[in-house]
Amino acid sequence: MVFKGIDFVPHGTKIPFVSMRTITFILSALAMVASIGLFSTKGLNYGIDFIGGTSIEVRNKTGPADIADVRSKVGGLGFGDVQIQQFNDPRDVLVRIELQSGGEEANQLALDKIRVALGDGFEFRNTEVIGPTVSSELTEAGIIAVITAIIVVLIYIWLRFEWQFSLGAVLALVHDVILTIGIFSFLQLEFTLSIIAALLTIVGYSLNDTVVVYDRVRENLRKFKKMPLADLLDVSINETLSRTILTSVTTLIALVSLFVFGGEVIRGFVFAMIWGVIVGTYSSIFIASPALLLLGVKRDWSGLGGAKYKEPGTAK
Amino acid sequence: MLHFSKWKTFTIWAIALIGIFCAAPNLIPEKDLASYPAFMQKLRLNLGLDLRGGSHLLMQMDKNVLIEKQIKILRGNVRNVLRGKKEGDKHVGAIRYRDLSAKKDRVEFKPSDPADLDRAFEAVKTLITPLPTTSFGTVPGNNLEIEKTADGRITIKPTDPAIAQRISTTIDSAIEVVRRRVDELGTTEPSIQRQGDDRILLQVPGYDNPEKLKDVVKQAAVLSFHLVVRPATAQDAAEGLTEPGTTIYPSKDQYSSHYILEDEPLITGADLANAQQSFGAQTNRPVVTFRLNSRGAIRFGEVTTDNVGRPFAIVLDNQVISAPTIQEPITGGTGQISGNFTVSSADDLAILLRSGSLEAPLTILEERTVDASLGADSIAAGKLAAMIGLAGVVLFILVAYGQFGIYANVALLINIAMIVGALSLLQATLTLPGIAGIVLTMGMAVDANVLIFERIREELRAGKTAISAIESGYSRALSTILDANITTFLAAIILFWLGSGPVKGFAVTLSIGIFTSVFTAFVLTRWLIAVWLRSKRSKTVEMPI
Repeated sequence: MVFKGIDFVPHGTKIPFVSMRTITFILSALAMVASIGLFSTKGLNYGIDFIGGTSIEVRNKTGPADIADVRSKVGGLGFGDVQIQQFNDPRDVLVRIELQSGGEEANQLALDKIRVALGDGFEFRNTEVIGPTVSSELTEAGIIAVITAIIVVLIYIWLRFEWQFSLGAVLALVHDVILTIGIFSFLQLEFTLSIIAALLTIVGYSLNDTVVVYDRVRENLRKFKKMPLADLLDVSINETLSRTILTSVTTLIALVSLFVFGGEVIRGFVFAMIWGVIVGTYSSIFIASPALLLLGVKRDWSGLGGAKYKEPGTAK
Repeated sequence: MLHFSKWKTFTIWAIALIGIFCAAPNLIPEKDLASYPAFMQKLRLNLGLDLRGGSHLLMQMDKNVLIEKQIKILRGNVRNVLRGKKEGDKHVGAIRYRDLSAKKDRVEFKPSDPADLDRAFEAVKTLITPLPTTSFGTVPGNNLEIEKTADGRITIKPTDPAIAQRISTTIDSAIEVVRRRVDELGTTEPSIQRQGDDRILLQVPGYDNPEKLKDVVKQAAVLSFHLVVRPATAQDAAEGLTEPGTTIYPSKDQYSSHYILEDEPLITGADLANAQQSFGAQTNRPVVTFRLNSRGAIRFGEVTTDNVGRPFAIVLDNQVISAPTIQEPITGGTGQISGNFTVSSADDLAILLRSGSLEAPLTILEERTVDASLGADSIAAGKLAAMIGLAGVVLFILVAYGQFGIYANVALLINIAMIVGALSLLQATLTLPGIAGIVLTMGMAVDANVLIFERIREELRAGKTAISAIESGYSRALSTILDANITTFLAAIILFWLGSGPVKGFAVTLSIGIFTSVFTAFVLTRWLIAVWLRSKRSKTVEMPI
């Protein structure tokens, strides 16, 4: 009696992924243009990490919070743009006020005033005050981080493969990052520092996927020296399809559990990652691989050209 | 690939068991941990502020205030030099000057007699001293730059390294002062770090009064006692009506809005030996009582003996708190400060006076405070999500890979134990995004096994025997696994480098997860499968995958 697993993904598939490239490229291009369009018109709902200001999560100690009451208490203090909303639990209210002009002290003062105005009936569960200096630094650091990540990856793939692979992978990454920013703009979800962390994780994950397909492409380039590149890419994607899907499913199982049960604080962060896994899986199949066809790859892999180290598979 | 020597087997299990051993204290209630035997390591996960509650304050010291102070001291030194040497009652070699003034970044003056320009230049040059060598071994040069200008002035300017060194030492001592103040509040394990050249990051876990914390930490609390020349009005202050050697200060007491005080302090905060909140003997209102050190006591005794009947002012951070009249000589070295205090504000002041003053107040650039109850909620939610996520992944892998799935799941569980163990041992901070990192690692850790197992299936379909399918499954998947994990690791490094608080925690968890998952998924499962294969003793086994 042997305990076998179920082969979820049929093997020997011959899905012509690469010939779908006209459709998928147009689709992706449209989605990217839409994302950039949304980003430049609607913009992002930046969290206080980036624009500065004060964010306070308060809980009414005695029962459900009265939003109108909170609004009247805080609204009259003259802080400019004030957002007050229900949060998570009926007892909880999220109060956000914009960055106060008048330097770092003005923001601290605003917090003090809110504490006095709300009085003892509320418990201050989470307080964040980000002044102008730090918020501009964090924005800068965030942008630098994402760009550095992409450059480092570009170099790594270039070293391990060929420049066409490197460009194809980075194309897929830029695609993923732009679409993630697009969905955040579309849904107006709060864009915080942890979303940058999620973006970088997406970069890592999407790359992981792309590299797996590329590895197979490289292997097949050695194996089938005469096969047309389009067919070779299709074979490679089909051969790795079961792995791509199974890994995405396990990662999504873990992420969805976090999304549903992990609490309000990290929901945005987890949402970005779920989106990234889906988009990243799509892009490594439909963007990164067909891109090789457009960029053209070297066909003679018999020498040391691409392989920087001895393939373990050939060693005995 | 499938042969494991004895020592290899031993090493693999030793690593796995050490991981589990290090993770174990997290399953034991904290109070019971102390009674466990000495060989047990007792480090548990170090929870971040977002999980245990607490305050995170990023503060900056105003450089300009420090530079301004430095320039003022420099002006005094220049004045002393120009006064010449004191021989008996006379000053020898004095140089007459005009317009000695402290500008934003320099001191300048003009010798009254243009012929004195060179002599004055030489005299001022005696103030130049080389700066101490830095710890990197570079020689930073001198403390001052002195120049003659075309219109017959001399400018004296502190050099950039001199200013940098001064800011650096000031921040170092400020960190000590902040530490003493936070300790006075009775908090446990505050973390105080320097960030950049003029910033301090203070993290205080589990303290539930962030307002008090901020009040106590950021104030300069520079205390001095001065003799009062006369009370003054707001108008006097606006006109800057003072005599040489005196300064006008705003006041908090109810008698006068301003006071003109002698510049020379009677005593300063540095002369204090202790300070306590107490109640006034007659008024029964909150006061701060203080005790002077011996030097301060002697000095204060002398001054109060000489000035009975005159008022003196207690100045805190350039503001007069009160200006009592000296009724009788105070020789015991103790006294009290009364003002418009509440018990709490008197207590704060006592804390500040006990722990010393900052040279300039600290500005809070960033504050993040999480209530302990929210942290507990986050932990509960994170645990629940991790459990359900783990159960989902384990079940899925079991269904997808059968008996080999069990091996992958054993590896996954050991992987999680190793991550928790490594985090506990390193005392890396576990934040809420860090928990997300662990959950994400669960999903990604099985990736290596998925790669290997799919490869094995492929090889089997291609007609290979069980052993050679497993062999080539592992060996061919290796380069892919390495490539995939190195790229993720690169992203994690950049995250760490970008790192602020919670994000850094996520990067650490992710990086640790990459190493442990390669070990468990590639090495541990291979060992398990090798043992299983050997138990079959046949080359034509049916593959349970």
